[in-house]
Amino acid sequence: MIEMQDIWKTYADGTHALRGVSVRIDRNDFVYLVGPSGAGKSTFMKLIYREEVPTKGQISVNGFNIGKLKPRKIPYVRRNIGVIFQDFRLLQKMTVFENIAFAMEVIEAPKKLIRKRTMEVIELVGLKGKHNSLPTQLSGGEQQRVAIARAIINNPSVIVADEPTGNLDPETSWGIMNLLEEINFRGATIIMATHNREIVNSLRKRVIAIENGEIVRDEARGEYGYEI
Amino acid sequence: MKFRTIIRHLREGVKNVVRNGWMSFASASSIFISLFILGVFLLLSLNVNHFAEQIESQVQIRVFLQLNTDQKTIDRLNNDIGNMVDVKSVAFVSKDEGLEVLRTSLGEDADYLLEGFDKSNNPLPDSFTVEVFEPKTIADVANKIKAINNADKTKPIMNVKYGQGTVEKLFKATDAVRNIGLIIVLGLAVTAMFLISNTIKVTILNRRREIGIMKLVGATNTFIRWPFFIEGALIGFTASLITAGALLYGYVKLIAMTKFDLGLAMITLVEYHDVAFLLTVSLVGIGTLIGVWGSTISVRKYLKV
Repeated sequence: MIEMQDIWKTYADGTHALRGVSVRIDRNDFVYLVGPSGAGKSTFMKLIYREEVPTKGQISVNGFNIGKLKPRKIPYVRRNIGVIFQDFRLLQKMTVFENIAFAMEVIEAPKKLIRKRTMEVIELVGLKGKHNSLPTQLSGGEQQRVAIARAIINNPSVIVADEPTGNLDPETSWGIMNLLEEINFRGATIIMATHNREIVNSLRKRVIAIENGEIVRDEARGEYGYEI
Repeated sequence: MKFRTIIRHLREGVKNVVRNGWMSFASASSIFISLFILGVFLLLSLNVNHFAEQIESQVQIRVFLQLNTDQKTIDRLNNDIGNMVDVKSVAFVSKDEGLEVLRTSLGEDADYLLEGFDKSNNPLPDSFTVEVFEPKTIADVANKIKAINNADKTKPIMNVKYGQGTVEKLFKATDAVRNIGLIIVLGLAVTAMFLISNTIKVTILNRRREIGIMKLVGATNTFIRWPFFIEGALIGFTASLITAGALLYGYVKLIAMTKFDLGLAMITLVEYHDVAFLLTVSLVGIGTLIGVWGSTISVRKYLKV
């Protein structure tokens, strides 16, 4: 569960990215974060995985007070949050298997278990047989599947996805959405920032709209609501 | 840290060297070149030192005795001088031997210069040649030998010579050469360290992204640091070992090439087995240390949250 109370975030250059945001996202929710570019969506997500700390206000993720977290503890909180990006962020010199297994090596899991679990998630994301490929040998959709596999391998309770379909064609995007829905179905909370009107309007979920650093709309089964 | 994690770090460290092949090569080359230059100067400085020692060890004291000193006094003096702590050896040179030595050293000119002198009318005094352990004590020892006369009414010692004035200048010169050598070697060592750590910094700069991703999936700083640490040590160790090998190989060739020419000048290079250990240990030590230091410092920069 994620809870924000009157969160303000002001960057060093004076930009007010978030202005008094309060929100509660329950376990197993699927939330679309929509709004124009620069509205504060990315900051909203960065606060959740503790890439940024709020200037003011309280944020808790899975019961941890994220804003007051000691730097030493950050890695342990992140292990319970899977992060997915528009640009995939894979390690280019490692194979698919190594990229995914890495997230499990970090938690010092036994080698046998890593191998078993990695092969399982590779199959789950639909990349069976590609475990020895390098990211450069894969299509954009396949690379995003690797990133998703890495994000879910440790069974995190929260998945944060920043425009996961931003670089993908519509057909590939739907494949990724099916995968995210499947992960949500298995129990993970999903927070996804997106500009994809078609997906939001077809696959109806909770929609939180952010404009100018404030939440302007929060609907249980909302629509995209912007004309582009 | 769990044992399997240590194994994992070792494996990743080795893999990283291969994965970042060209960058590893750049770091290794930078280490090789810097340490090679350092090594050349180290060898040079060791040899200059060695030359200085050889020259210094050639200084000796000549003790000339009064004419007609009896054998008993000669034996006593021989004992007294030989028993001094700083004296390495003392050799009696009878006046006849002295004449022979003089004849040899004069060469062709001896025939007319020494014409008419033989055993019966030899004008030279008997003498001792004294060598000391530590060339710098030579003046002290010479004074002590002179002082023997004070305790002896017959004053058997006519004169003590050790190249006064010249010897002091020689020591000043050899000391200066040694100090300059040391300064150059130390300066080069520092330069090499900065050069190498800079190269390593650049190679790691390229991996900022990699470190960012590691942090994102929840790797602790220690977990991220170890493979880099091992990678740096491995590159530093290998490159410096190759450098030491190349230098020693070249040095062996040099010894073989110069043996004859230098031998004529009565000097030798430092023996291979005397430099091999020092050179290898210091170069490999510095190389490994720099490898580790460079990678550790650079990684730390990107670990800050």
